Amino acid sequence: MSTSTDFEYRPTTRTGRIANYVDTRVGGSSIVKEFGRKIFPDHWTFMFGEVALYSFVILLLSGTFLALWYDPTMTSMEYKGNYVPMQGVEMSGAYASTLNISFDIRGGLFLRQLHHWSALLFAMAVAVHMLRVFFTGAFRRPRELNWVVGCVLFILAIVAGFSGYSLPDDVLSGNGLRIADAIAKSVPVVGTYISMFMFGGEFPGHAIIGRLYIVHVLIIPALILMMIVIHLFMVVVHKHTQFAGPGRTENNVVGYPVGPVYAAKAGGFFFIVFGILAAIAGSTTINAIWNYGPYDPSPVQAGSQPDWYMGFSDGGLRLMPGSWPFSWEINLFGLAIPLAILLPLIPMAGMFGAMFAWPWIERWVTRDNRVHNILDRPRNAPFRTAVGAAGVTFYAVQMIAASGDLIATHFHVAVNDVIYWLRALYFVGPILAFIIARRFCLALQRKDREIVLHGRESGRIQALPHGEFVEVHEPLDEYRRYKLVDFQDHQVQPARANAKGKITAGEKVRGRLSHLFFEDRVSPVTPAELEAAHGHHEPEPVAVGAGSHASQIEK
Amino acid sequence: MKALSQKRRHPMAALALLVMALLLTGGLYAVATTTNEAKAETTTYSAQDIEEGQKLFQSNCSTCHGMKAQGTSSGPSLIGVGASSVDFQVGTGRMPMQMQGPQAQVKPKQFNEEQTDQLAAYVASLGAGPTVPDAKDVDIADGNSANGAKIFLANCAMCHNAAGQGGALTRGKYAPSLMGVSEKHIYEAMQTGPQNMPVFNDANITPDEKRDVITYLKTLDNNTTVGGFSLGSLGPVSEGLFIWTIGLVVVIGFTVWLTSRAA
Amino acid sequence: MGDHRDGNPHKSGAVVTSDGAELDQFPDPGLPPHRPRMTDVDSKAAKRAEHQVVLLFLLSVIGSVIFFVAYFGIRVDGPLYDAVNTEPTAQLRLQNLLLGLGIALGMFGIGIGVVHWARTLMPDHEIVEQRHDLRPESERAEAQSILNTIYDESGVKRRPLLRNTLIGAAVLMPLPFVGLLKDLGPTDLKVLRHSMWDEGVRLVRDPSGTPIKASDVTLGSAFHVIPENLTSLGHEEGYLNEKAKSVVLLMRLDPDKVNVSEGRKDWNVDGIFAYSKVCTHVGCPIALYEQHTHHLLCPCHQSTFDLTNECEVIFGPASRPLPQLPITVDSDGYLVARSDFHEPVGPTYSQRDFAVKDMQDEAN
Repeated sequence: MSTSTDFEYRPTTRTGRIANYVDTRVGGSSIVKEFGRKIFPDHWTFMFGEVALYSFVILLLSGTFLALWYDPTMTSMEYKGNYVPMQGVEMSGAYASTLNISFDIRGGLFLRQLHHWSALLFAMAVAVHMLRVFFTGAFRRPRELNWVVGCVLFILAIVAGFSGYSLPDDVLSGNGLRIADAIAKSVPVVGTYISMFMFGGEFPGHAIIGRLYIVHVLIIPALILMMIVIHLFMVVVHKHTQFAGPGRTENNVVGYPVGPVYAAKAGGFFFIVFGILAAIAGSTTINAIWNYGPYDPSPVQAGSQPDWYMGFSDGGLRLMPGSWPFSWEINLFGLAIPLAILLPLIPMAGMFGAMFAWPWIERWVTRDNRVHNILDRPRNAPFRTAVGAAGVTFYAVQMIAASGDLIATHFHVAVNDVIYWLRALYFVGPILAFIIARRFCLALQRKDREIVLHGRESGRIQALPHGEFVEVHEPLDEYRRYKLVDFQDHQVQPARANAKGKITAGEKVRGRLSHLFFEDRVSPVTPAELEAAHGHHEPEPVAVGAGSHASQIEK
Repeated sequence: MKALSQKRRHPMAALALLVMALLLTGGLYAVATTTNEAKAETTTYSAQDIEEGQKLFQSNCSTCHGMKAQGTSSGPSLIGVGASSVDFQVGTGRMPMQMQGPQAQVKPKQFNEEQTDQLAAYVASLGAGPTVPDAKDVDIADGNSANGAKIFLANCAMCHNAAGQGGALTRGKYAPSLMGVSEKHIYEAMQTGPQNMPVFNDANITPDEKRDVITYLKTLDNNTTVGGFSLGSLGPVSEGLFIWTIGLVVVIGFTVWLTSRAA
Repeated sequence: MGDHRDGNPHKSGAVVTSDGAELDQFPDPGLPPHRPRMTDVDSKAAKRAEHQVVLLFLLSVIGSVIFFVAYFGIRVDGPLYDAVNTEPTAQLRLQNLLLGLGIALGMFGIGIGVVHWARTLMPDHEIVEQRHDLRPESERAEAQSILNTIYDESGVKRRPLLRNTLIGAAVLMPLPFVGLLKDLGPTDLKVLRHSMWDEGVRLVRDPSGTPIKASDVTLGSAFHVIPENLTSLGHEEGYLNEKAKSVVLLMRLDPDKVNVSEGRKDWNVDGIFAYSKVCTHVGCPIALYEQHTHHLLCPCHQSTFDLTNECEVIFGPASRPLPQLPITVDSDGYLVARSDFHEPVGPTYSQRDFAVKDMQDEAN
């Protein structure tokens, strides 16, 4: 607090007087001192977390407006609103009030579309932000726990989305709930009771909309808000990561101060994100629930899909063959077990588990427990990039499977063939993605080496006196060069014996993984190599690396 | 050209290329999917119509359906399918088929209205079947779109999509989009069950109800989509695709601008 | 926290960095020299940028005005989605568009303006801030000793009985709240077994509720059917719950093309078959009927059922055939059910096989 006895602070400006007034009553100087000139590094990939945060704020704002008119009741009523094709139709209060918001409240349609588009953008921004953090290694010590908080936020975003998607009580979302009911029922023994508890008895019952409403407007937003606070608190504690470059070390942060530059940019960006969403919401239809009709267990529509963030689960269900080569429903001690539903859920759960645990998995394989404030360029961590590509592919195959029928109609192929191909890709795709992504990274690293050693292609062709044509390469300045050479490459860490002289099974696995990840690698150029490259016109191929297949760098 | 080749290394070049490619494919797609409409008036058939129709039939249809429309291994018998069926199949260009496939495709009509009527007259003369509806049956001014929506959602939306945009069936077959299809052809399709579509006879969906369904479809067809661009009215998939393509590109564009140094 | 980037000769030792990296590292050249922007050196450019920002803020004002013009100026006069009068729908679309664009312009004006201001007129010197250790070791030791003191003074260690009874009480205490959740729903699973179908219940069309004569069901047609007694059930009495179990698809096939098993010979009426519309996979309505291939397709997950083989699964994720509803005709020629389904309809639940056994015993 600023009111100390040995130093009397006399504010001289108006800002100073206001600040003094606030500080002597509630304190705040220390906050300004801590944050006022805090440094944030600038890179476009660092902005997705902000996109997520801002779309969440927009969700809260638009959601509050919607809650003023939305009525979470399943009590049936006759529609008397402005939308002709539903006039006189029996429907739940929830559906009727959603129609009213769309057609009778001025600006209501805009708010609904704004809210739904924000939800899609929110989930996407969370996902892209996570991918950025993963592929640049920003989750490494000391940020492992924040990665976990981020993973929790991703799951909360999915739950928030699904619960909101169901609130209009239309046919499309009702069939989504029906599927949720079946998935709950597939859990052995307790599943049936879980379903009965969820719906207050049989599906669909009269309870689910009210319950989802409280989940959607209170529980989940509160949890998300809590997690965001923890997330941001940790960002402040850790300070932001930065990419390697001249002047940037593990022990400093290079960037712009919060006040004024960063605050202006970040604050302005909120308005920009809002502007983007408002433009989309004004111009582009989303979830035209009036087309689907009020929920009724009989109708269904072609192209029944969930929102994109739930697509992977729907796709997983589509890919599993239920009766081929035999029926995947088994009877265990008299209990019916629908493996066709349960089996595809297991790899999905595995993927999410691996996502949560990845910081520790990577640390275990690399034996790298150091603090990392400098980010990896994705190409400089080929193993991680390859694992990430495999994970993304696994996820994407399932997401694509969820739109198999639309792919079939739009590309004039049979939906069955789409599913057959995707079933194969489900297994082969991640492996292919792993190999391709790793090769890509290694190739890019070699390209970087070449640029460092021989300079950038200038595009100027020169004729030499003896008739040879050569392209002039411009050497890099030291700043650009430093950007390309300032990284660490991991080496294979073979399985080692423990204190008792034994190589444990776990250690063997680790050794093998280490081999798989790091046997091919490209080291950063050293000054000696650069010297050599400049010395000779045509340098010999340089062998790098200590792995079994040390890669060859060729001119 | 020189300026262009220098700019190809610009960080935004890939982005610009992507946007151009997206616009191009989108444009081509829009051109490729423009539908064509077909319309015809109904009449009673004279003996001359039937005779002319027979000639047309024998020269254009008999390869698959047989000289007397009795059917062959490559085409079904047409005895008793009625004039309505012919008017639909020929009037929408589905017949004559270009080649054997999972199902007949809509394509530009091969016969004009008069020829279509003559073919219909000939087939109708072979055995009693559903007749071509007259204008009163499909007058949407008398229809009730609320009732039509109910019937449409219960009987049709599962194949044709809730907004009548069509959808996939098994092994390459599909339910076509109903947008831009004439009232008469919708009526005839319900009446006759072309391809793999089930028949909705008058006991199942009464003529009044059929008119209501048509009224609802025309309501969707005539009205613009209130929310703005419809994204094909395909539901969450096209919405997800939109946010992951255009949404993401716009957001990235702004982040790159925001974090770059001013010149 | 040794790391080679600090120029600290001591390495953490956790990882062997690349071969001889220590000797062969490029020196950090430090931050590149600051390159002034146009607005830093040219006061005209700075003035221009200032004007641009002002212009953007003014655009934002225009955006807000557009919003109000659209909000009050555009009238949606008349019902929406009328078959003939399409004007109101177009008006609403226009209003929605202008509301959106107004707000978007309002937001963009402020956002782009402020960012433009920051990019061109605020200093763009990069500043270096040092990171410090998250927590100095001395502080950690201090904290630990405080914790120890708290632990000691509380007496938790010295009085284990106290501690253990508290743990026991604290474990039990939340359980009442879990118990309160019990009445979220009933626990009698019997409700999942039966639908409203019963002997003599007429098959009626969904949604109109009109009964169906066998002769109405011509070859190739498909009827969406509910039980007649459902039509008199109110929404508050569980209409949707019952409908969710009893929706049926009715189709006529050529009897010669259908394989009928021994026990089901009298379940169809001259090739008119009735099957539950609820998918045995995860419960979507199976309503896509292909009249020539006799396949039923689920639009949610593409499970395909073969009608000619008692709806056995031929593609997709479903594991069980659709339950068949035994039907016959009553004295007036209307189609009626012979009994309820002989198994619970819809997706599998653990206790389902017990239900199947009981229901089949009941039926026989």
